[in-house]
Amino acid sequence: MVEILLDATVRAGTPILFATLGAIINERAGIINLGIEGLMLIGALGGFAGTYLTGSLLTGVMAAFLCAFVAGAIHGFITVQLRGNQIVSGLALTMFGIGMTALFGKGMVGMTIEGFERIAIPGLSLLPVIGKPFFNQDWLIYFSFALVALIWLFFYRTRWGLAVRTLGENPAAADTCGVPVNLYRFLAVTIGSGIVGIGGAYLSLATTPMWIENMSAGRGWIAVALVIFASWSSPRALLGAYLFGGITAMQLRFQAMGTSVSAHILQMLPYFFTIVVLVVSTIRLQKGASQQPESLGLSYDREDRK
Amino acid sequence: MRKTALFLMLVLVFAVCGTAFAGKEIKAGFIYVGPVGDAGWTYAHDQGRQEMEKLPFVKENSTYIESVPEGAESARVINGLVRKGANLVFTTSFGYMDATIDVARRNKDVVFMHCSGFKTAENVGTYFGRMYEPRYLSGIVAGKMTKKNVIGYVAAFPIPEVIRGINAFTLGVRSVNPAAEVKVVWTQTWFDPGIERDAADSLLDVGADVLAMHQDAPATLQAAEARGAYVIGYNSDMREFAPNAFLTAPVWHWGALYTKLAKQVSEGSWKSSQIWDGMKEGLVELADFNPKVPAEVQKIVADKAAAIKAGTFHPFSGPIKDQSGHVVVEAGKTHSDGDLLGMSYFVEGVQGTIPK
Repeated sequence: MVEILLDATVRAGTPILFATLGAIINERAGIINLGIEGLMLIGALGGFAGTYLTGSLLTGVMAAFLCAFVAGAIHGFITVQLRGNQIVSGLALTMFGIGMTALFGKGMVGMTIEGFERIAIPGLSLLPVIGKPFFNQDWLIYFSFALVALIWLFFYRTRWGLAVRTLGENPAAADTCGVPVNLYRFLAVTIGSGIVGIGGAYLSLATTPMWIENMSAGRGWIAVALVIFASWSSPRALLGAYLFGGITAMQLRFQAMGTSVSAHILQMLPYFFTIVVLVVSTIRLQKGASQQPESLGLSYDREDRK
Repeated sequence: MRKTALFLMLVLVFAVCGTAFAGKEIKAGFIYVGPVGDAGWTYAHDQGRQEMEKLPFVKENSTYIESVPEGAESARVINGLVRKGANLVFTTSFGYMDATIDVARRNKDVVFMHCSGFKTAENVGTYFGRMYEPRYLSGIVAGKMTKKNVIGYVAAFPIPEVIRGINAFTLGVRSVNPAAEVKVVWTQTWFDPGIERDAADSLLDVGADVLAMHQDAPATLQAAEARGAYVIGYNSDMREFAPNAFLTAPVWHWGALYTKLAKQVSEGSWKSSQIWDGMKEGLVELADFNPKVPAEVQKIVADKAAAIKAGTFHPFSGPIKDQSGHVVVEAGKTHSDGDLLGMSYFVEGVQGTIPK
C-alpha cells in the first residue's frame, strides 16, 4: 500500500517539480515569473506536437523545452532588457499561453501517441518500499531527480551559479565584478522557462498522453507557491512537490479504499496543507531564515546604481 | 391583359407560398462553458451545432463563444450574441440560468434555450437529456464484463445529475450481476486530466477491472487502456483514446434536439417548455460496442434499449434499496421525474459516500 501511494505521489508530483525548479532558476536571478501556468501549457502542446509529428518522445521533450524557452524569451526581453514590470509581464505570459495553445492546439485534439513507458532500473527497482516508486518509472522522472541534483550543484558548487545567485541578491555587486547582468538574467529566465515547459510536457506525454486545452489545470500556480515553500532550494522543491502530489493521491486512494473518513475532510487536506505552508514560511521569514533573494522583482539599471 | 394579370397573381401566390414554406431564417448563437477542444461536453454540443447548420434555413457559421465563465458576467456575452443578430440562442451550462432569463426579458423577439436549468419564461425554454437511460444500459455491459466484480466510477461533483448517473449505472450492473460492487471516487472537478487519471488509477489499485466516469476529459480511458482494464466512456465516443479498453459510452446527440428546435422556431410553432428528452427522441444514446462485447450481452442491451424507447421499461423501477438496505421505491412503482431531478442518495451496490 505504501509502495502504491509513493508511486502515485511521484507521478503526481513530477510535473509540479519541473515547474517549481524552473521558477526557482528564474527567481534566483531576481526575476519573478508568474507565467508558469502559461509556460506549462506551451510545453505541453509543444511536447505533444513534437512527439506526434516525429514519433519520438525525445524530440517531443526537446520541442517542449524550446517552445517554452522562446516564450520565456518574451518575458526575459520585457523584464530584463526593457526593465518592465515583472508581475504584469508574467501574468500576460500566462494568458498568452492559455490562448495561444488553445488556438494552435485545435488540430491536435483527439490525436493519440504512445506515451512514456516505465523502465525498471536493474537491482534498485527490487528494493522494498522505495524500489518501485523511485526506480521503476519513466526516464523523464529519472531526469527530474538528476535535475534536482544538478541545479543544487550549479548554484552552490560553480562560479556561474554563484554569479546567478548574486544577481538575485545584489546585481550591482555582480556588475562591479564584471558579471554580464542582463545576459545572465536573460539566460536564467529562458532556461528556467524551458524546464517549466518540460513539466507541461510530462502531463501531455506521460500522465495523460494527449493534448487538451488548459490541461495543466492550475498546476503552474501551485508551483509559484511552492517556490516560497522550498525557500528557493531545489531539494526542498522536490519535497514540496511530492508533499502536494502525495496529498492529492492519498485523498483519492482513501476514497477508493472506502475509508470511513469524510470525503470533505480528505478534500480539505491540500488546502489545509497550503495554509500550513504559508504559516511555516512566514515564521521562517520573521526569523530571518528565509532564502528569498534580496533583489527579487527589482529590475536593474547600471545608471540607477546607488 | 387579363392573362397577364392572372399570371402575375400566380407568381405572387407561388412567391408567398414559397417564403411561407421556407419559414424564418435562423441565425443561431451558442454559449459554451468549456473549449470546443475538450473532447467531451462542449465538443458534443458543437457537433450538434454543426448538424443543425445542415438545415437549409439555418445560416451557416452560427456564432459560438467558448469558455464563457458561469454567473452574472455571462449576461454580457449572451447580450453580445443577440446584438450580432442571433434569433435562437443556446446557453449550454447550468450556471448561465439567471443571465439567460435576464437577457431574454429585454429581447422578447429572440428564442432562448437554456441547458439543464429549471427557470423558464415566455421566450426561454430549458432542455436536458435522460442520460440515466443509456447509463443504465452501459451498467449492464460493465456488470457482464467484470471478472472481479469490482467496478470503479470516477465522478466529478456530488450533485443530483451525477448521483443519478451512478445509481442508474449501478442498477444496470446489478440487474445482470447482483454480486458486483461499484466504487465511487469524487474528484471535485469537471476537468483536470491529471486528477482524473490519478482517481482512475486509485480505483484500479483497489482491484477494479471495469471503469466508468462522469468527467469531461478522457483521462479515465487512458488509465484503463494502460492497465489492461475495460472502460465505459461518456459525453462523446472517445474510443480513439482507448482502442482496446473501450466497451461503449452513453453519449449526447444534441443534433437531434437542435435540429428539431430550429425547425420549430423557423416555422413559428416553438413554445416555451421544459424538454427532458431521452433515448426515444434520440437525444441520448449508447455508442457502438467494441467487438469484444459478446453478442449475448449486446442482445440483452438491445432488448432493454427497445423497451426503454417503447416506454415499457424505466431504469428506476422498484424495488430499489438504498445503501443501508432500506426500500426507497417499492415493487411496481417508479421514481417520479421530481425524485430523479433531486436525487441525493446512493442505491444498494454503490461503495462510497455522498459528501453532505
